[in-house]
Amino acid sequence: MASDATAVTHNSEPSYLDYKGKHKGIFAWILSTDHKRIGILYLVALMSWFLVGMTLGVLIRLKLLMPGDFLVGPQTYNAFFTLHGVIMLFIFVIPGIPAVFGNFFLPIMLGAKDVAFPRLNLLSWYLYIIGGALIIAAIFLPGGAPDTGWTFYIPYSVRTSTNMIITLSAVFILGFSSILTGLNFVTTIHRLRAPGMGWFKMPLFSWGLYATGWIQIIVTPIIGITLLLVIIERVFGVGLFDPSLGGDPILFQHLFWIYSHPAVYIMAVPAMGVISEIIPTFSQRTIFGYKFIAYSSLAIAVFGSLVWAHHMFAVGMSDTGEFVFSLLTFLVAIPSAVKVFNWTATLYKGSISLDPPMLYALAFIFLFTIGGLTGIIQGALSVDIHLTDTYFIVGHIHYVVFGTAGFGIFAALHYWLPKMIGKMYNIKKAKAAFWVIFVGFNILYFPFFILGWLGMPRRSYNYLPEYQVYHVIATVGSWIMVAGILFMLYNLLRSVFSGEKVTARNLWGGETLEWTVPTPPPLENYEEIPNVVDGPYEYKQNDIVEEV
Amino acid sequence: MEKQVAQHIEKPGHSYGKYIVVWLALLTLTAITAVVAGVNLGEVTIAVALIIASIKSYLVLTVFMHLNVESKPFKIFVLVALFFLIVSIVLLFSDFSNM
Amino acid sequence: MSTQEHTAAAHVHRDDIGSRMGMWLFLFTELVLFGGLFFMYSVYRYLHHQDFYIAARSMNVFIGTTNTVILLTSSLTIALSIVAMQNGKKILSLILQGTTVIFGLVFLVNKYFEWMAEIHHGNFPGSPELLSQPPGHILFFGLYYVMTGLHGLHVIIGMVIIMIMMRFTMKDVITPDQTVKLEAAGLYWHLVDIIWIFLFPLFYLIT
Repeated sequence: MASDATAVTHNSEPSYLDYKGKHKGIFAWILSTDHKRIGILYLVALMSWFLVGMTLGVLIRLKLLMPGDFLVGPQTYNAFFTLHGVIMLFIFVIPGIPAVFGNFFLPIMLGAKDVAFPRLNLLSWYLYIIGGALIIAAIFLPGGAPDTGWTFYIPYSVRTSTNMIITLSAVFILGFSSILTGLNFVTTIHRLRAPGMGWFKMPLFSWGLYATGWIQIIVTPIIGITLLLVIIERVFGVGLFDPSLGGDPILFQHLFWIYSHPAVYIMAVPAMGVISEIIPTFSQRTIFGYKFIAYSSLAIAVFGSLVWAHHMFAVGMSDTGEFVFSLLTFLVAIPSAVKVFNWTATLYKGSISLDPPMLYALAFIFLFTIGGLTGIIQGALSVDIHLTDTYFIVGHIHYVVFGTAGFGIFAALHYWLPKMIGKMYNIKKAKAAFWVIFVGFNILYFPFFILGWLGMPRRSYNYLPEYQVYHVIATVGSWIMVAGILFMLYNLLRSVFSGEKVTARNLWGGETLEWTVPTPPPLENYEEIPNVVDGPYEYKQNDIVEEV
Repeated sequence: MEKQVAQHIEKPGHSYGKYIVVWLALLTLTAITAVVAGVNLGEVTIAVALIIASIKSYLVLTVFMHLNVESKPFKIFVLVALFFLIVSIVLLFSDFSNM
Repeated sequence: MSTQEHTAAAHVHRDDIGSRMGMWLFLFTELVLFGGLFFMYSVYRYLHHQDFYIAARSMNVFIGTTNTVILLTSSLTIALSIVAMQNGKKILSLILQGTTVIFGLVFLVNKYFEWMAEIHHGNFPGSPELLSQPPGHILFFGLYYVMTGLHGLHVIIGMVIIMIMMRFTMKDVITPDQTVKLEAAGLYWHLVDIIWIFLFPLFYLIT
């Protein structure tokens, strides 16, 4: 956007990385309330956990090369997929983009010096680390790693002898971390926008974080109380879900999914916000239908809270309930589709550059479309009765969650990491890694749809011989994808230590405020808060297109 | 848009009076609920009790918690939270009330 | 519009509206936390209407009503303590804050005796007397202990918060010009009161 002054910061001011405050060494980081340092702290922890979750995925795929007894026993296998889900969801993609890129860039993109509650922000990170530490404890303490699946269904979550209480406490604490981040961002967006930046002059990434923040605040406590009740049942024998005491295990599922369905929008909506930033920059065109995209983020938050029982179509709900939830599930696709149409329309007659961030953004649109369409398939009751709890679902969730949140994180890394650290990665290597990942991803996950259609159940240690060929293809795909991911991470990590130094403020030709501050940004972002005049994404290309 | 002029809420005259009046109303409503509970009106009893509880909550929210002098976003926030709770329970019952 | 026009030049960032907004958002999380329990109560009461009615007969309406009056009055005292501080009456504010804490303590003591009485009658999770009852009866008491227990925990948290505010008041961190911390503490306490306003009829008055 054209501010009437580019951000006034003297280049002689030290960047946030070099700033010397009252703490020394490691304490300058782990006691820092600077949103940028907290973003980096989250980045390091998040990517470390990602490698753990990814390793578990590789191990699962290795076991599934052969049916029956192979490599590990069934108990270990159950622990593998439970931890893979818990780590990837609660520790990687839910904190994900808000914790790293929201923390780092939201204040800068709004023209602010920090978030509304910087100390609460640091507390969020401490809670995140404690939650992660408890998961490590759950794995290694006697009792053994949890084996219930990440959904902790009753009655097994009460009866299993594995370390459930520690695991559930970890998820509770991670939920609290998530709530505080959401609360911080919602307040920041209401209160700290620069003068002149009305709601509809905010970047779309902010709109995404705003909608996500509301979901985090409103629904996370539901899983908090539900998991707390499971702990209480294990410790005190209060059988609120125990059928022998009149409790209803289906009620557990309802409560669990009232959070866990909107949770997938906590994962996806910030990533959609990232894509809404990248597409205009690399098309050098303003986003098509800004207001529609902004409102669609809110609509996803609202509708996404009304569809939870589509995870339960085969458990024995009433016909009325099933009908209502199926109908609502179809409706939630509409705002998502609006985004896909608008991103595509933005590309039209744009000046497209296929830099790495754009490659990941385009892949996002492709993968999300496949994932989303398979979601609609599952929303149809008659079809879902056959597909639920099969590999079709596993294919769907990886296309939507990995395809949006995962590729969103990869896209954001390639877009913003150089701004964060002042070093550029190798573009050629980044593009090569992208293609390996993209091809590997589809070889890995597309067969899941076929497996599911043919009847292969999910979370199953054993399987019929006719499924093996698809499992082998998928496992080979996993190796290709992982090789690509490791190559991508190596390229990015190398740039941290010996990448080409970049000091240009605007690395990609973006028009939002983060491209007006120095690279890397100084401690308080702005010496003078900018006065905002125009909306975001005001590109020259806009005028050319309108003349046609 | 929110008015940003005052950094703290203006309470007219900083008076104790209106809080005491609301407190007396709350006590009265509590007494009414307890009395109504003694009368057997079947399902109506619990409906009346919940309506009175809602009125009491409304008084606490608007007067004690100053919602009536906060800017519009705060009021919208409360409605959003209530909307979520109400819609969720209605949808929950779409399953349980039709078994 | 934003606060930045006023705070950009200010050396210390202060945003009372933002502080209250943060507290309100946090209160929603508490509301939904208990909301989940209220959902369960609603479903189980619907499914076991008669058993709930019978189980509720053993609740002590007198203690329940007394506790309701205590909490409502404690809400009054914390609200008045803010007015007192804004009027510059530091000692009066401190007394009112302290009174609120004492009311909280009395509430908890009453609850303790109430729980002891129920446990004495064999109405506790896992007891043979309770387990011999129909499922709705067991669920009623399960919900009773969890909901009033969680609520009691929040009363304790609220008391601690207000005691911290008392210390801030004594140290002049809270002044007639800077009351937002006390207001936030008050908001928390009022929410604890509102939750009880709904718990009271659902457990004590459904007979």
